[in-house]
Amino acid sequence: MISLDRVGVTYADEPAPALSGVDLAVPEGELVLVVGRTGSGKSTLLRTLNGLVPHFSGGTLHGRVVVDGRDTRTHRPRDLADVVGYVGQDPLAGFVTDTVEEELAYGMESLGLPPDVMRKRVEETLDLLGLAEVRDRAVADLSGGQQQRVAIGSVLTTHPRLLVLDEPTSALDPLAAEEVLATLQRLVHDLGMTVVLAEHRLERVVQYADRVVLLPGGSGPVVGGAPADVLRNSPVAPPVVELGRVAGWDPLPLSVRDARRLAGPLRERLATAPAPPARPGAGPVVARAERVVASYGRFPALAGVSVDLSGGEVVALMGRNGAGKSTLLKTLVGLKRPSSGRVEVDGLDPAGLRPSRLLRHVGMVPQVPADLLYASSVARECEQADRDTGVAAGTTLELFGRLSPDVPLDRHPRDLSEGQRLTLALSVVLAARPPLLLLDEPTRGLDYTAKHRLVEILRDLAGQGHAVLVATHDVELVAEVAARVLVLAQGELVADGPTTDVVVSSPAFAPQVAKVLAPQRWLTPTEVALALADEPVTP
Amino acid sequence: MRPEHLPTLPRPLHPGAWWVWAVALAAAASRTTNPVPLLLVLAVTGFVVAARRTRAPWARAYVAFLKLSLLVIVVRILFQSLLSAGAQGPTVLVTLPSVPMPASSGLKLGGVVSLEAVLRATYEGLQLATILCCVGAANALGSARRLLRHVPGALYEIGVACVIALTFAPQLVTDAARVREAHRLRGQDRTGLGALRRLAMPVLEGALERSVDLAAAMDARGYGRTTDARRSSRRLTAVLVFAGLLAVCVGVYGLLAAAGWWLGTPVLVAGLVAVGLGVHVGGRRTGRSRYRPDPWALPEWLVAGSGVLAAAAVFVDVHVSPADFFLASVTDVPPVPVLAVAGILVALLPAVAAPPPPAPTGRPPRSRPPVTPAAGAPGREEVAA
Repeated sequence: MISLDRVGVTYADEPAPALSGVDLAVPEGELVLVVGRTGSGKSTLLRTLNGLVPHFSGGTLHGRVVVDGRDTRTHRPRDLADVVGYVGQDPLAGFVTDTVEEELAYGMESLGLPPDVMRKRVEETLDLLGLAEVRDRAVADLSGGQQQRVAIGSVLTTHPRLLVLDEPTSALDPLAAEEVLATLQRLVHDLGMTVVLAEHRLERVVQYADRVVLLPGGSGPVVGGAPADVLRNSPVAPPVVELGRVAGWDPLPLSVRDARRLAGPLRERLATAPAPPARPGAGPVVARAERVVASYGRFPALAGVSVDLSGGEVVALMGRNGAGKSTLLKTLVGLKRPSSGRVEVDGLDPAGLRPSRLLRHVGMVPQVPADLLYASSVARECEQADRDTGVAAGTTLELFGRLSPDVPLDRHPRDLSEGQRLTLALSVVLAARPPLLLLDEPTRGLDYTAKHRLVEILRDLAGQGHAVLVATHDVELVAEVAARVLVLAQGELVADGPTTDVVVSSPAFAPQVAKVLAPQRWLTPTEVALALADEPVTP
Repeated sequence: MRPEHLPTLPRPLHPGAWWVWAVALAAAASRTTNPVPLLLVLAVTGFVVAARRTRAPWARAYVAFLKLSLLVIVVRILFQSLLSAGAQGPTVLVTLPSVPMPASSGLKLGGVVSLEAVLRATYEGLQLATILCCVGAANALGSARRLLRHVPGALYEIGVACVIALTFAPQLVTDAARVREAHRLRGQDRTGLGALRRLAMPVLEGALERSVDLAAAMDARGYGRTTDARRSSRRLTAVLVFAGLLAVCVGVYGLLAAAGWWLGTPVLVAGLVAVGLGVHVGGRRTGRSRYRPDPWALPEWLVAGSGVLAAAAVFVDVHVSPADFFLASVTDVPPVPVLAVAGILVALLPAVAAPPPPAPTGRPPRSRPPVTPAAGAPGREEVAA
């Protein structure tokens, strides 16, 4: 189906190739998962498959890419539209029309298919992807999972043999991600389609993959093979695989189900181990919300939420999209004035503060960290932040250097990786040393390495006495770092307690390790590793 | 008879029919300042919108336009009664304190406000308001986007560009709001040129990135694949359309300036023919097909026809008895032009002749009235706490 022969890609003005020496042959009907760190060339590899690299992106392609007998050197992306369906990272950015049905038909119109064929295929695709209920809705009004399914449907209608997806679930909450993955499963198993996808959130997809391709980045060779073999030594691996490595299981489990079957002896060993140390928490109260009510028009966003946040504590805020997470953050930073109830940060009402004073009491990193950045280089951004906050020159830069070493200071903030951009925004916000720090979905687009770095940073901040509130869908991040979890649903606080109490029994919010070892209360592979290391050795 | 000829089969009407109907009514309104036909046109558009609008977001356009027209009337009255010296009549309503202005300017500030000035302003404002409401009705009933789907094949690229622009404009507004919030997070008190630059950079960069994404997606989905790229045919189209439009401009100038009979109608007609040919030649070279094109059937003819008939009635009546349409004395009770009123009433026909809009999600109708869902998010599984 796909054959890559010594493929290398070098973009113009870049000294090192983005991709080099990739040999790959994918037979029909496989689900191939491309993994690797940010910047290792995952997107580039996917975009070579339909000719977007080099026809659209520019740069030089070495070697040969042949998809279903068509060489991408002689076929432009549009000439491959009936063979390869390509879905980019942000589905909304790729929509050309405004309603679901027209979006599904768009590709076929471009190919000039006859109207009766189009009509039939649109109906079939609506059923296949479960979109019939929303067929005449505007694409912008759909939920994230539905948008992703429309994006998949819009390329399926041309009946491609190969589907290429770039991070299809990274921006979705766990339930929406399951919707999309179930759809992909169905395409592979029922229709025999070949699917190639790149994803950071390995814990969601690796169990469905027939083959994993690991791009090590730099000059290392590309590794491809069965998932369990490749992940054994991979720098990126989902928690269940890490647990398998810790426990020394062979073959490595890829899903919670596999691991649970192997976990009996481990649970017995852990039953006697000391419980993981309690996470730090509960310093002086830094911020307090009392019976906060807020709404947008007739849509109630918060219905009487009361919360205390203490210094030295990392609190996770969870709940499905539209549950009121972002609104709670906004009321805490004074962007949204509650219609009743009281918000107090550092003893002050944040909505009444001038921005320049607000900065010293509460800082927030928004969902798109780039919104905070507008200078033309990292160094200038940091200078500007020093001036804005009135701190000694060089403070922000020093902070950034500590959070994210080895970044060239003349780099444009837009050219940084997601993780570097996040730390830059974090440094800018932290320059004024606010006692309360809010983060909205910080792990979006971060690879495991960047996520580990973020976890360390957040722990350090809590250690220095900051109160940190993280709104997130990422259960593994919560398991790693949070001492306390708040769960919002329909604007109400439905759970508030220590992380283990809230997440272990929850089907949606339990991390993989907790699912494997339940009813024991372990959350991360590291905790398990430490407990096993402390265990007295018995012959 | 084909099913789409039935006015009872629920389906969206061809947006072009709605636009013809509304533009014809607007043209009728532009021919008179008599409040009787104007108010009647207003009532007719309101009634038809109420009877045949969908639940789509753009269907709220009529109310927005109605509010705008009320504002137009109020502003017009304020300006004419307070500022204009020339428009005042003998019937003084009220005398306000005034500021002296040079007599040659024809302006005043305050002073005498007469009934004539207020009434004339109201009538003229009403005319503009009616035209605005016609446009609002067209937007509410036939979305401008849907109309853009019907541009001829030769102009397809321009149509796509318009559709994308219509999507991007609201997106820019949301982006700008988000970036402004971010300013607060960075401690920006200032507003002004510096703040504007800081707002513009992230918004424009974001828009640019999205455009590149969109272009990649369109390319990957086969945009432009079937276009016959022969240069000769493309050039022929360009030359025909461009020359045609130029000729149309010259022809219109000739008609308006009365520069000579040969510069008017003949050049205009020749230009139109050239444009038509160009569009036809260009349309042949695209190999695109169209998904579910809106049919143009009996209801479309009825809707468009009723609008044209109303306009024709008003135009004829204006020609026959102009005094009924341009009032000599605004304080008299306005006359009722019978032919025009009858014509405008015909434009009510779409309220029954246009097929009812289909229900929002293609569910089959139920025998009992559907339960209205509660506002807010659907109550899916509750979080296990």
